[in-house]
Amino acid sequence: MELYNGERPSVFRLLGKYMRKGLYSILTQGPIPTHIAFILDGNRRFAKKHKLPEGGGHKAGFLALLNVLTYCYELGVKYATIYAFSIDNFRRKPHEVQYVMDLMLEKIEGMIMEESIINAYDICVRFVGNLKLLSEPVKTAADKIMRATANNSKFVLLLAVCYTSTDEIVHAVEESSKDKLKSNEICNDGNGDCVIKIEEMEPYSEIKLVELERNTYINPYPDVLIRTSGETRLSNYLLWQTTNCILYSPHALWPEIGLRHVVWSVINFQRHYSYLEKHKEYLK
Amino acid sequence: MDLKPGAGGQRVNRLVDPFAQISYHFLQFLWRTLHLLVSLWYLQVSMVQMIEGFLISSGLVKRYGALDIDKVRYLAIVVDSEEAYQISKVIQLLKWVEDMGVKHLCLYDSKGVLKTNKKTIMESLNNAMPFEEAVEKDVLLDQKQMTVEFASSSDGKEAITRAANVLFMKYLKYAKTGVGKEEPCFTEDQMDEALKAIGYKGPEPDLLLIYGPVRCHLGFSPWRLRYTEMVHMGPLRYMNLGSLKKAIHRFTTVQQNYGT
Repeated sequence: MELYNGERPSVFRLLGKYMRKGLYSILTQGPIPTHIAFILDGNRRFAKKHKLPEGGGHKAGFLALLNVLTYCYELGVKYATIYAFSIDNFRRKPHEVQYVMDLMLEKIEGMIMEESIINAYDICVRFVGNLKLLSEPVKTAADKIMRATANNSKFVLLLAVCYTSTDEIVHAVEESSKDKLKSNEICNDGNGDCVIKIEEMEPYSEIKLVELERNTYINPYPDVLIRTSGETRLSNYLLWQTTNCILYSPHALWPEIGLRHVVWSVINFQRHYSYLEKHKEYLK
Repeated sequence: MDLKPGAGGQRVNRLVDPFAQISYHFLQFLWRTLHLLVSLWYLQVSMVQMIEGFLISSGLVKRYGALDIDKVRYLAIVVDSEEAYQISKVIQLLKWVEDMGVKHLCLYDSKGVLKTNKKTIMESLNNAMPFEEAVEKDVLLDQKQMTVEFASSSDGKEAITRAANVLFMKYLKYAKTGVGKEEPCFTEDQMDEALKAIGYKGPEPDLLLIYGPVRCHLGFSPWRLRYTEMVHMGPLRYMNLGSLKKAIHRFTTVQQNYGT
């Protein structure tokens, strides 16, 4: 899959593609993760390390992201979730936040222009998180690309923006509460306003765990989570969904991530597949 | 480790073409060889780690001599439930942690095996107090004894579900009557309060050590893992004091940005 440019592929690129195909034919003799999640850590450190101008690390990181998504698509991974922007990141310097938002808008608009290619590869793009925190232009562009690719199903790209796990859990509680209210149909005064009497509280059934799980932003749960730069924490990302997920922390900075890291994570997934399936069964 | 074949492996019954059969078996051979090589690599890594652990335990590696243990305000240990039955190993691990000066500890396994053996474990420790007792007596800040909290999967997502019902019932109780009702809208602070109200007062661990075959937190409470450093220590049967010291030392050198 060539995600970008209409140039004729070079000999080396073709050779690389066929070598990857050979490697995938070996790897697919074992189970392949359905869903891989990524934390893109190390863009700023990469820029500092290579003395790049401001924003250079994020640009290099974007190219690395395209490569990694290509590998996931070719390998047959069905879902990829990217931690693009945390609610905590709003505490960065305003010009840095604005730069990331501008880069996001530029890339989303790029995706809209390449909509036909994205649809040809049957890729669904979804933005998940507290999208009300996004600026209007970014939100509008995100809605547009989501609508345009909603019917695609071969590969689902989930972009977590304005996201933290704790915000997601609270959101799931709110949605589950609203579902409970709707299912009891208590709006009955004809003006559209809802009246709740104390004596009507009793019939409400309790919110169940399965209802909370249904109302989280990200489903299905990831099988592998890769966080670059050697950091060993989740930073408020997918805390709910990683109960049975392998956590892999390569030392490479995000722009340095390559095929070998994706392959290593798949090999480790295959090594521990039976153990994690058994643990999932126990928790059901 | 039990290798299971994937979609490629399940094609065997439908293969009729001899060439396809040969290439399938060849790919299976390559796949198993790949995994054998990876297993040998991990074996050599484990041996190196064991030797390093022995050298650190013997005090021959000066770097890990003095630990700034105060930086570990709350330590969590996740143990694979099957391995948690090795209670003597668990007790030895806790004695090391106690001797190092850790003041607050949470012990977790998803099936609750450690909870079941709580009495045995607490009796084996010299100077430890159950976390609930410390909260009741309001001596959490008292540095004389190590507090030990026992947790299982019921204290994770299920506890959050119970807290969700606390919030929902509060919402129903205070909903306005006769005027337009606001939709349920909760905050993270309210979820914190709801969890505390139903008895879940344990703080977020600074460091989480995972003893088991996989680097996976196995369902430790999602609400308490936001910025927790997670270190995989390997199977419990291979635990050693040197690796424990190394993991804690490494933690004390970590700097977090918290997203900024």
